[in-house]
Amino acid sequence: MADPMKIRANMVGDKVEVKVLMAHEMETGQRKDAKGATIPAWFIQNVTATHNGKTVLSAEWGPAVAKNPFLSFRFAGGKPGDKVQITWTDNKGDKRTDEATVA
Amino acid sequence: MDGGRRSVLKGTGGAAVLGLAMAAGLFRPGSAWAEWNKNAFETKSLNDAVKALGGASATESKEITITSPDIAENGAVVPFTIASKLPNTEAVALLVEKNPNILAANFAIPQGTEPWINTRVKMGQTSNVIALVKTSDGKFHYASKEVKVTLGGCGG
Repeated sequence: MADPMKIRANMVGDKVEVKVLMAHEMETGQRKDAKGATIPAWFIQNVTATHNGKTVLSAEWGPAVAKNPFLSFRFAGGKPGDKVQITWTDNKGDKRTDEATVA
Repeated sequence: MDGGRRSVLKGTGGAAVLGLAMAAGLFRPGSAWAEWNKNAFETKSLNDAVKALGGASATESKEITITSPDIAENGAVVPFTIASKLPNTEAVALLVEKNPNILAANFAIPQGTEPWINTRVKMGQTSNVIALVKTSDGKFHYASKEVKVTLGGCGG
């Protein structure tokens, strides 16, 4: 199981601004190790964010997203105390879901 | 459209299902993306990426803004903010022209979510970075910006 995400969800005006920091290698599949063998690609492919069960953002990522990915977005209709849930899935089928409360 | 659809069909099963759903107008960006559009992530040029994402071509738009450093010292982590003022923005993608594969990330923006994304990507070398926006009428629009990279983030 991968390390937990750090999620912050704050009200900015009438919108909720979500900031997520995920712990992931995001190996591109382009790099070679000391022996010249290619290091296989290992990266997050799908990210989904939900607010009260409704999807507020879904993403498809390639290996070009930086290591330990950061993502920030804003959605309307949230209020303090609401739950924001983020799920990612990587190309090895590993999955992680974390939740934050809107402050 | 037909040509695009054919090439999608030739791809993996998952991508074909996604392509068909998009062509049939059944695809809702709000629904969970269980599949990953492998074809799109293997493209090398803007035109191919647009086709793999279900469009025909992209037109340049001043309504899309890319905010990033002009010179990135470390190509492994380059921060980008993409914002679209186009009405009915449905999806926003970030492309790096000179990376091994052009498409870096694609975000589906459901109703109620601001067409505003902030994330960090890798850049192998100095390159044009393209923000590609899909509106609900199925059209694609883009804006581009050159970012200079002092130290690449893809090789090794």
